[in-house]
Amino acid sequence: MKPTTRRKVRRALTGYSFLSLNIVGFMVFTAIPVVASLVLAFFAYDNITAPKFVGVGNFTSLLGWHVDQTGRVVMNDPKFWNCLYNTVFMMLGLPLTMVGSLALALALNRKLPGTITLRTVYYLPTISPMIAVALVWLWILNPEYGLINYLISRLGVQGPNWLGDTAWAKPAFILIGTWGGIGGFTMLLYLAALQGIPGVYYEAAEIDGASPWKRFRYITWPLLGPVNFFIIVMGIIGGFQAFGMQYVMTSGGPAGSTTTIAYYIFNNAFSFFKMGYASAMAWVLFFMIFVLTILQWRFRRRYTFQYD
Amino acid sequence: MTRYESSVGRVILLLVLVAFAVTMMIPFLWSIATSLKDPAAVYVQASSFIQNFIPRDPKTREVSIQWHNYVDVWRKLPLGRFYFVSLVVAVVTTFGRVFTSSLAAYAFARLEFPGRDKLFLLYLATLMIPGEVTMIPTFIIVGKLHWMNSYWALILPGMFTAFGTFMLRQFFLTLPKDLEDAALIDGCSRLGIWWRIILPLSVPALVTLVIFTFLGSWNSFMWPLIVTDTTDMMTIPVGLAKLKGDYSQEIALMLSASIQVLIPVFILFVACQKRITEGIVMSGFGGI
Repeated sequence: MKPTTRRKVRRALTGYSFLSLNIVGFMVFTAIPVVASLVLAFFAYDNITAPKFVGVGNFTSLLGWHVDQTGRVVMNDPKFWNCLYNTVFMMLGLPLTMVGSLALALALNRKLPGTITLRTVYYLPTISPMIAVALVWLWILNPEYGLINYLISRLGVQGPNWLGDTAWAKPAFILIGTWGGIGGFTMLLYLAALQGIPGVYYEAAEIDGASPWKRFRYITWPLLGPVNFFIIVMGIIGGFQAFGMQYVMTSGGPAGSTTTIAYYIFNNAFSFFKMGYASAMAWVLFFMIFVLTILQWRFRRRYTFQYD
Repeated sequence: MTRYESSVGRVILLLVLVAFAVTMMIPFLWSIATSLKDPAAVYVQASSFIQNFIPRDPKTREVSIQWHNYVDVWRKLPLGRFYFVSLVVAVVTTFGRVFTSSLAAYAFARLEFPGRDKLFLLYLATLMIPGEVTMIPTFIIVGKLHWMNSYWALILPGMFTAFGTFMLRQFFLTLPKDLEDAALIDGCSRLGIWWRIILPLSVPALVTLVIFTFLGSWNSFMWPLIVTDTTDMMTIPVGLAKLKGDYSQEIALMLSASIQVLIPVFILFVACQKRITEGIVMSGFGGI
């Protein structure tokens, strides 16, 4: 062997031995499952009998529609669309969280004493394990003895049956989500973004006699554009994957009113053992996340361009 | 901006912020209060908002704090076992991920070998793919390997995420190369460089990865739910979720369990707060 070839072989060996452990795991538990999942999306498979090729059948059952005897157009799987509706409905807490987080970030940015302690307290709900938050809120939302309905009763009104009521279960999750998210990741991102705005902008505006509201409206808000967009996209991606809270608190009920997309995938795969169908659904979920991520990249690039 | 602000305005703002912090803590405070109540006192309507928070004896209405709820729960529920399983899974997953990811990240960042960039692209491509996609085939693979309801199933699939490798590789690329070159000339092996130079210089990134991996594993829910079916293999979230129904009448007990699950996480967070908040903003990934 020529010396250069030998060196090349040795380099390759070193490189691959460093990679080996990680790459075997990555292949077995990520790369191969991704490919397998895509293949499975075109099969009917119940984890017992042999998989049966169904072409795009899973996707048409999931996304397609047909005309029933009365001539009405019906979705092939109305449950899926209902889950999509539930999932999107429960994302409505996102604007609430954003407004609250921004207000907190603006206040904390004033460098008041005790800011660090306050920030820690605001952050606690975010890092709390989901199971503990779920058990705590089950008790808070208890229709008879819960604290929320106690407060409502003091106003002379009887509070709703929250998690037992199809109309109130989704708003209950929005409430929990807002409580859990307001002082978390979103607030930290706003805080970082605010600290990144050069102080000279505000000084110049002040000299020109701009009111605090005008300074916010014409300096802060436009410069928060990229971070706003990032938060929205991350929030929507997270919202699409909502599962644990609903599983613990309502089991997706009452009457399926809190079953999310991720929950429906879980049910199809591990309760009904329709694994091909569930895989197809997971890819539809991925597609939605993918489109959002691409959008976010585009938008971000446009904004960095504007900074220049 | 703050120059012309009156100190009265600042005091009011601070008071509003403190009031808000207290409001946010009410769910926890009330749960702690309930967890210290006598089971019969839990279902007594209090006469005022504040009275809701004071544990009283259901008959005599004297203040009586039932500390033993916190001990009883360990006997009534297999909480110790859940803790043990969660801890083993989180520690091994974290160690495995940091160890294998840092080795792989070093190869991607510094070593030259054929196929490197293509492999790295493959890692990158999977970053965006949600867990729901890989979950079903991984479940089938774990079943075929006869790993169901075992530590293997709980630990191995979570150990090799592309994210850890990606994050560390980005960090390693920022390290100066001179030290490495000097070490190579002195005859240090690549493994020696990884251990003696790269890892010590990367402590901030490693700590961030450790915290995120640990918390992610500790809070992980869907996967352990899918692969376990006996209480002795359940992690805390899955175990409590499964037992929740059996103890729905013992609110104080379940809440004392919740509080005991919260406290270690709070301590960890307060201890590593700076790292965590920096890491979150740095990596831009909050929802791990």
